[in-house]
Amino acid sequence: MGLTITEKIMARASGRETVRPGELVWANVDMAMMQDSGGPRRIANNLEHLGVPVWDPDKVTIVSDHFVPPSNETEARIQTVTRAWVKKYGVSRFHEFQGICHIVPIERGYVRPGILMVGGDSHSCTGGAMGAMVVALGSTDMLGVLVTGRTWLRVPETIKIIWEGKLPVGTFAKDMVLANLKQLGTAGATYKVLEFSGETVTNLPLDERLILTNMSIEMGAKTGIIEPDDTVLRYMEGKDVEFNPVYSDPDAKYSKILVNEAEDLEPLVACPHSPDNVASADSLHGIALDQAFIGGCTGGKYHDLATAAAILKGRKIAVGTRLLVAPASQQVLQRALADGVLEVLLNAGATLLPSACGPCGGLSMGILSDGERCISSTNRNFRGRMGSSNSEVYLASAATVAASAVTGQISDPREFIRS
Amino acid sequence: MEIIRGRVWKFGDDINTDVIAPGKYLKLPNEDMAKHVFEGIDPELPGKIKPGDIVVGGANFGSGSSRESAPAAIKYAGVSAVVAVFFARIFFRNAINLGLPVLECPEASKIQQSDELEIDMENGVIRNLTQSQVYKASRLPEHIQQLIRVGGLVPYLEQELAKESSANG
Repeated sequence: MGLTITEKIMARASGRETVRPGELVWANVDMAMMQDSGGPRRIANNLEHLGVPVWDPDKVTIVSDHFVPPSNETEARIQTVTRAWVKKYGVSRFHEFQGICHIVPIERGYVRPGILMVGGDSHSCTGGAMGAMVVALGSTDMLGVLVTGRTWLRVPETIKIIWEGKLPVGTFAKDMVLANLKQLGTAGATYKVLEFSGETVTNLPLDERLILTNMSIEMGAKTGIIEPDDTVLRYMEGKDVEFNPVYSDPDAKYSKILVNEAEDLEPLVACPHSPDNVASADSLHGIALDQAFIGGCTGGKYHDLATAAAILKGRKIAVGTRLLVAPASQQVLQRALADGVLEVLLNAGATLLPSACGPCGGLSMGILSDGERCISSTNRNFRGRMGSSNSEVYLASAATVAASAVTGQISDPREFIRS
Repeated sequence: MEIIRGRVWKFGDDINTDVIAPGKYLKLPNEDMAKHVFEGIDPELPGKIKPGDIVVGGANFGSGSSRESAPAAIKYAGVSAVVAVFFARIFFRNAINLGLPVLECPEASKIQQSDELEIDMENGVIRNLTQSQVYKASRLPEHIQQLIRVGGLVPYLEQELAKESSANG
C-alpha cells in the first residue's frame, strides 16, 4: 500500500522503509527553529545544567519576532539573552529585525521540500507549503531536540482536503481555509495532518498556500502539508540548497477526504471568539470596527499587502477606524516599497508597524481596550488574543480587511473589486 | 507512581492557551505567569486555585499556541494533574515534558466543580470520591509514563546523558 508525503518524510527521518499511522517513531530532525519568546530564554539554564553542546548548530535557526523591537526592559533583556545564547552555541542562522519566524526561514531556504523540521511555535506548520513536514513543539521538547537531534513522534493519520475549480473574484486562500475550519471545527484534525491538494491549490501562488498550512493548527492538526510542485521548485531554484522532494503515492491511505468546490466560495469571516465561528462577510455587513490589521505570519506577506493595496488605491480608510500594517518580513517590506504597494497603503492612511508579530498575539502595538473591535488578516481570535478580554477580533482575508477599513465596518470586498 | 488526590476546578471544551496563559504575560518567567493562570476566563481564578487542586477540562483542552507557559503556569500554580476528554497535541506534549500529569478520560464531562478525585496514574483510573464513580482514563505509553515519573524531559535527558558518559567512560 502506498504512503502519503508525510509518511514518506517520517519513514526517511526515522530510518525505516515504511511507517503506519499510530506508530511511535524516533525521528532525526533536519532543521529546528525557535523564536525569542519560547526559545533560548526558556531553555538556556537547562541546557547549561545538562552541560552539552547543541547537536548541530547548522541545523538550528533562531528568529526573534515576538518582542521585536522590545517595548520595555524585560523584553530588551530577552533579546540580550537570545543574542548571547546564539553566540555561545555557535548558531549562525540567527535573524532579528528580519521578520516573522515562519516566513524568514522559507525566504532563507531553510525549509526545504522533503525535510522533517520542528519549530518552537504553533504556526510552524506554515512551512508545510514547501513540501516539508514541520511539526510544532514547546520549549522543553525543543531542548530535547537541541541536545539529541531527535524527537519522538506518533505517525499521524492524514485528512486530504481537495479544492477543485477556480476561485471567484474577491475570494482568497483565507476564505478557503475558513471554509475548512467551518467544516472541521477547531479540533477536527487533532493529532492528524491536513494535506491540501487539487487544482485550486496548485493555482495559488506560494504566499497564498502558506495561509492554508499556517491555519492547519487552528483545526488542531499536527501540521499541514502541500506536495511541492513547480511553483515551489522554482522558488527553491535561487536558494542554492539541496533537497529531495517526495510525493504521496496514488494509493496512499487517508483517514478522510474532503472535496470542496471553489466556485461556491464567498468572502468569509471568523467571528469572536473562535476561528471556526465562520460566517459570510456579507451577512456581517454593518458591524462597526475600531481597528483593522494586516500582518502576521498568516496575513502580512507580499500577496496580502498587494491585495489590500489593490482595494485601497485611491481610497482613504474611514474616520474613526485605524489600519495597521505589519509586513511579515523585511523582504516583504522592501518589495512593497520598491513597487509602490507600500505607498498606496500609506496614502490610504495605514500606520506601518515593524516586521514582527506585534498585535496578533496581543504582544505589542495595536492592543485592544475593553469593548474594541478589530478585523484582522491573522490566524487566531480567541478571547483576549489582541488585548482586553472584552475586545473582539474578526478574522478575514487581507482583501476583506482592507474593504472593511475603508467603510469602517465589516464589508464584502467584492463591491470594491468590481468597481 | 503515587496516587494523586485533589479538589476539582472544572472547565468546558476548547480551553485555549491564550486564556490559560495570556499573551500580555509571555514576557514573564513561568513562576510569575502562574499568578495569572486562567485569567483570560476569570481574573479571580488565579487567587482561588490552591496547591494540590486538579484541573478538569472537556474536549480539546490546551488548543492554540505552543507556549509551554500554559502547562507551566498550571504546574507552578500547584495543580497536581489535568484531566480532559482529550488534549490539543502540543499542550499534551508540553505537560508531559514538564512532568505535569495529564490524563485523557472520555467520561471527564461527568466530573463536577469541587468534586474530590483520586487518580491512579499507573493504571489510568480516576475515582470520583464525591460522586462515588470510577472512570477509565487512557493509559499513557510506558516511555511517556517514565518521563512523567522522573519529573519531565530535563531530568530524563540528565539520566540518559549520565548513562552515555558512564558507558563511554
